[in-house]
Amino acid sequence: MKTQITVNGKPRAADLEDRTLLVDYLRDSLHLTGTHVGCDTSSCGACTVHLDGVAVKACTILAVQADGCQVTTIEGLAKGDGMHPLQDGFKECHGLQCGFCTPGMIMAAADLLTRNPHPTEAEIRTALEGNICRCTGYHNIVKSIQWAAEQASAPLLADSHLWTNDTVTREIVETA
Amino acid sequence: MSNRYIGQSVKRREDKRFITGKGRYTDDIVLPGMVHAYFVRSPYAHARVTSIDTTEAKAAPGVVAIFTGDDVAALNGVPCGWQVNFRNGETMREPKHPMLIATGDTAKHVGDPVAVIIAETKALATDAAELVVIEWEELSAVANPAKALATDAPKVHDQYPDNRAFDWTFGNPIEEVDAAMATAAHITELEFVNQRVVPNAMEPRSYIGQYDDVADKYTLYTSTQNPHLIRLLMCAFVLGIPEHKVRVVGPDVGGGFGSKIYHYTEEALVTWAAKEINQPIKWTSDRSEAFLMDAHGRDHVTKAEMGFDAEGNIVGLRIKTVANLGAYLSTFAPAVPTYLHGTLLQGLYTTPKINIDMTCVFTHTVAVDAYRGAGRPEATYLLERLMDLAALEMGKDPAQLRFQNFIPPFDGVTQPGYQTQVALQYDSGNYAPVLERGLEMLGYADFRQAQAEAAQTGKLLGVGFSTYVEACGIAPSAVVGSLGARAGLYESAQVRVQPTGKVSVFTGSHSHGQGHETTFVQVVADKLGIPMEDIELIHGDSDTVAFGMGTYGSRSLAVGGSAIVKSIDKILEKGAKIAAHRLECAESDLTYADGKWTVNGTDKSIGFGDVALTAYVPHIYPAGLEPGLDFSSFYDPANFTYPFGCHIAVVEVDKETGKTTLKRMIAVDDVGNIINPMIVEGQIHGGLAQGIGQALLEGTIYDENGQLTNGSYMDYCMPRADDFPMFETDNQVTPCPHNPLGVKGAGEAGAIGSTPSVVNAVIDALWHGGHQVKDILMPLTPERVWRAMQH
Repeated sequence: MKTQITVNGKPRAADLEDRTLLVDYLRDSLHLTGTHVGCDTSSCGACTVHLDGVAVKACTILAVQADGCQVTTIEGLAKGDGMHPLQDGFKECHGLQCGFCTPGMIMAAADLLTRNPHPTEAEIRTALEGNICRCTGYHNIVKSIQWAAEQASAPLLADSHLWTNDTVTREIVETA
Repeated sequence: MSNRYIGQSVKRREDKRFITGKGRYTDDIVLPGMVHAYFVRSPYAHARVTSIDTTEAKAAPGVVAIFTGDDVAALNGVPCGWQVNFRNGETMREPKHPMLIATGDTAKHVGDPVAVIIAETKALATDAAELVVIEWEELSAVANPAKALATDAPKVHDQYPDNRAFDWTFGNPIEEVDAAMATAAHITELEFVNQRVVPNAMEPRSYIGQYDDVADKYTLYTSTQNPHLIRLLMCAFVLGIPEHKVRVVGPDVGGGFGSKIYHYTEEALVTWAAKEINQPIKWTSDRSEAFLMDAHGRDHVTKAEMGFDAEGNIVGLRIKTVANLGAYLSTFAPAVPTYLHGTLLQGLYTTPKINIDMTCVFTHTVAVDAYRGAGRPEATYLLERLMDLAALEMGKDPAQLRFQNFIPPFDGVTQPGYQTQVALQYDSGNYAPVLERGLEMLGYADFRQAQAEAAQTGKLLGVGFSTYVEACGIAPSAVVGSLGARAGLYESAQVRVQPTGKVSVFTGSHSHGQGHETTFVQVVADKLGIPMEDIELIHGDSDTVAFGMGTYGSRSLAVGGSAIVKSIDKILEKGAKIAAHRLECAESDLTYADGKWTVNGTDKSIGFGDVALTAYVPHIYPAGLEPGLDFSSFYDPANFTYPFGCHIAVVEVDKETGKTTLKRMIAVDDVGNIINPMIVEGQIHGGLAQGIGQALLEGTIYDENGQLTNGSYMDYCMPRADDFPMFETDNQVTPCPHNPLGVKGAGEAGAIGSTPSVVNAVIDALWHGGHQVKDILMPLTPERVWRAMQH
């Protein structure tokens, strides 16, 4: 099936096998290898990306389901040369060790902070229930997200450039 | 030498690539012409392959090649790196661990591979696997280690009908221990299972084999903890390829926890097959495969007895354990229940007589090997469960019982080390203060008050203690060699000063989350008195790094860091010769500090960069001295290192549901000198989480047919963020007396101490609620705790 998916702000046309998972499309076709695969049951969250600004597990949806949508991966989270506050937070608070779960953690956390800019510790822990880390014991991940929340003067948008494809005209339009 | 970086929480240099998605794990690597492997595996725990038909699969779209067990029957199996013989001298039984099961042979655990499909994409290889027709003769299986010893138990290897790999005894003669126990006023007896858990590094194992037919050279990209060790095992024992014709690269690796130490069959197979088809081959494990194929941890069935005199002093310890090694002997498997477990049974206590009787068995399960802590968590679990239970039984305070039995302090410098009853000589120790500090953090007196009040409500409160010692910095080669290791356990390092004074450091210790790229550079920067920005750390490539034994056993900084320090010493020694020549003075007149050599009592000096340039442009140069400034070193430790500490858990148990909530987790650890407190704390956190996970959440469930019934994240309960409170940590520093950095290792401590503290806390809660329960099978699920409260 022919698709047009806007990935990290750039429209990408493809002709994909129907069974291609979004995560395989991102990794194998676009070489965006920051999105990882850590399980086969949609449990670990290492593949978390944003689909039209909302965190989803890229192993759980077909690439063709993202046709006409806007996908943001860890590679597209920061704007310009700087870092997203969550990226800074994870470094500042030692929120990562082996780094494998980290992109998914950051994308899930960005989604949380969009919905809830100043979460409590309990809210952060609950929001991360779909993401598994084996290295950190989550202590410093929680601190990293708290750090990022404190840095932001305005709500942290998970995705501040919400462009999408109009499914009828296939033109790129800014969402409301 | 300066003190600009050591002891500082320097932010990690490796982080940027991981937080921006630029990490490069094996599965991220794409080579030109690369094809993909998929393994056809046994669905049975024990079954004979009566026939394999790959005709239809070979004709499937995109299939490049299919290999079956018959194609690789001539190749050696993957080897075991440690030999522990029977107590009667009989040689350890070492069945072949073949890469694929051949026709007529039996698969010995679920997942044992039978064929490998190589196709243009992983999806096409997976499709073709459906077309492989295998006829199986299903046989009965045994997964439980204790049941494997029954006379009518199914046999794992026909040639070893009693299912024993070896048996072993250690410590004082059993007669002496029996005599000591006969004098005891009280004996605490505990029968328990240290259940089998799955390491679950988040990056599934992934390998790429490549063959260059012009150079006749292989490259293996592998998610491993020790690239050089894999090269050694694969070349010398499996494929018979000379080492200089194989390059092994461990790129970014997403956690290991022991499971990526070992040489796995898939690793050797993709390397071998890459030459057969002359194309690079990638294989990446699915998570379901990882549950079936990655070496598991623990799996002991134990009866332990600790005897006390009337005053509460320990008089003896007697242990009988059956340990499961799985169907085949993994790389370090025989060492884990023996020399990494039996040698730690002294704990922190003055126990005068100790004996362990260990039987290591084969079962129809995947191999069991080292998992974070490796033997030491099992030893600590045993000792610390006994201590808290003994206190409850004798009506004593569990903290006081420990204080009373602690080995008195010794620094290993002015006082000798402590000779245990189980071979090790502890190098230094000061145990009471870590427990005192833990009690202070807990607010012990107030806690008992709160506990008494809680017993009147719907929730029971409990506190559990664990004071542990571990043997790390693995290990002195001659010592482990005498205990059966088939390798040395030194580490290598090369420090190459570039002509401009910038420094490249090559270490044989691979980093996969531990932060070597930061901590090792902190050490080098301070030793040389130059900025961290001037130093780069290189690891993980056997063509770049001279040699290495790898990362496990909390050894990286203690052993690998010491090798780096040795090289730096050589750099500074040679640098001083060059500096003295340039400054026209004697070497003895020079002092090196802050990156320059200064003539004592003058302001004449020469910088490190100038000396480096002189070494590579040796125009004004000492006669007879070689140009260049580049030194390699090997460091073989004099002893293990002995971190110790105190872990205290506070739990709340719901009387109605049996649900346990971990309210507080306190850890006071003495890991020696600390280079980067932030990273050490992170290591402790991660270890705590794994230890708590074993206590409350994790554990394999095999059915009577040897099927792993919870082999996915839907079914195996991995710890998640909302299972933990914020951890409360502190450190005491007793430097290691025998390595140049005074460091001991921090990677495993959290996992070693925490598990018994959590279980002890639940038992304590139940006793204070009137339920005098000795043991609950881990993991302590609400159902199990609830059932325990019905007595």
